[in-house]
Amino acid sequence: MNNIVKMFLNLVVIGALSGVILSGVFGVADPMIKANKEKELKEAIFVVLPGAKDFKVLEKTVGQEKLIVYKGIDENGAPVGVAFKADGGGFQGNIGLMVGLDTSYLKLKAVEVLEQLETPGLGDRIREEAFKDQFKGLEVKPKVEYIKYRKPEKPNQIQAITGATISSEAVVKNINRAVEKVVANFPAEEITRAEAAPEKVAPKESGNGK
Amino acid sequence: MANNLGYEFKKGLWQELPPFRLVLGLCPTLAVTNSAVNGLAMGMATIFVLFTSNILISLVRRTISSQVRIPAYVVIIATLVTVADLFLAAVFPAISKSLGPYIPLIVVNCIILGRAEAFAQKNSILPTAADTLGIGIGFILSLTLMGTIREILGFGSIFGVKLLGSWFEPWIVMILPAGAFLVFGGLVALVNWISSRKTEKAAEAAMSR
Repeated sequence: MNNIVKMFLNLVVIGALSGVILSGVFGVADPMIKANKEKELKEAIFVVLPGAKDFKVLEKTVGQEKLIVYKGIDENGAPVGVAFKADGGGFQGNIGLMVGLDTSYLKLKAVEVLEQLETPGLGDRIREEAFKDQFKGLEVKPKVEYIKYRKPEKPNQIQAITGATISSEAVVKNINRAVEKVVANFPAEEITRAEAAPEKVAPKESGNGK
Repeated sequence: MANNLGYEFKKGLWQELPPFRLVLGLCPTLAVTNSAVNGLAMGMATIFVLFTSNILISLVRRTISSQVRIPAYVVIIATLVTVADLFLAAVFPAISKSLGPYIPLIVVNCIILGRAEAFAQKNSILPTAADTLGIGIGFILSLTLMGTIREILGFGSIFGVKLLGSWFEPWIVMILPAGAFLVFGGLVALVNWISSRKTEKAAEAAMSR
């Protein structure tokens, strides 16, 4: 009997102590982790919307899903484009992208990779500038396509990475899916409407978030 | 006593070198060593958990009844791993991202529970500290060595600094899982060869005397 009480107390005390320690550490670390994520997101928005000095967050709920777009504005409040996240499955896990689209919904401004778990040395080359640069000025109508082994011929094509077709295809698919959703749910006048000029702050240097 | 502490520390560096001699802790050894910095970071996170958890276990070894010792140790280890995980995510987001799910998996790293069972629960704090520091440093060195070899061959760089010129065609296989097994097998063979030569020499010396 005594032993059972002792065993019981052992586990209760250890469990309670570890709970206290964890909640303490979490209380300190959680705001820092959130700040890191936010900083990364902000940096990515300014990377995919060159010329943007500030952004407004537009939200919409479509069915179960919550759509968020970031409308980039220049120093006078004129819209320069919209940025939004494009998530979807890649070769090994989620590929999270930040996509910048112009205000007329015709061309991409740039694409940045936020998270990926692709194969090192093959699929993870979607993070390389050479691949991402292909999306600058790419037409999204009727949709983005990829081709293999040769230079793109049409203004809506990119060249897939040799040996990483699945990862390249996943990027293209994610972009198409996200662009379609944004175009369908955010009427152009919401995007082209001018906003109040951003408050004067020191111009943000958007470091290439790597 | 001091001699003893020195022995407990030193045995982790060669005699009981975790991945290559004891063949323990292979999951991180194979999974995260595709670059030198990842290996080093994983080793650092592991030594933190190994050291603090074993000191705690050594402290409470007389209070914990032996029937519930394993769950008790696992809770202690899991708590410390979560602390390390949160710390990395808060302070070094880049490293935390590249190590991904392998940090939480330190909980089941058999080196840690192994040291707790084999050493910490039978010894007082000082020898436990010496033992875990030795094993931990041996583990850091092993992972960094694996990471360095794979990074040089797979990327032509070391700690992210380009080492080999553009003439070098990277062996992509070295940073893929297969490369981990190749390098690991090579290193185990090397370590065994060195130690068997050592024993031969010792035997010869004993014979000629």
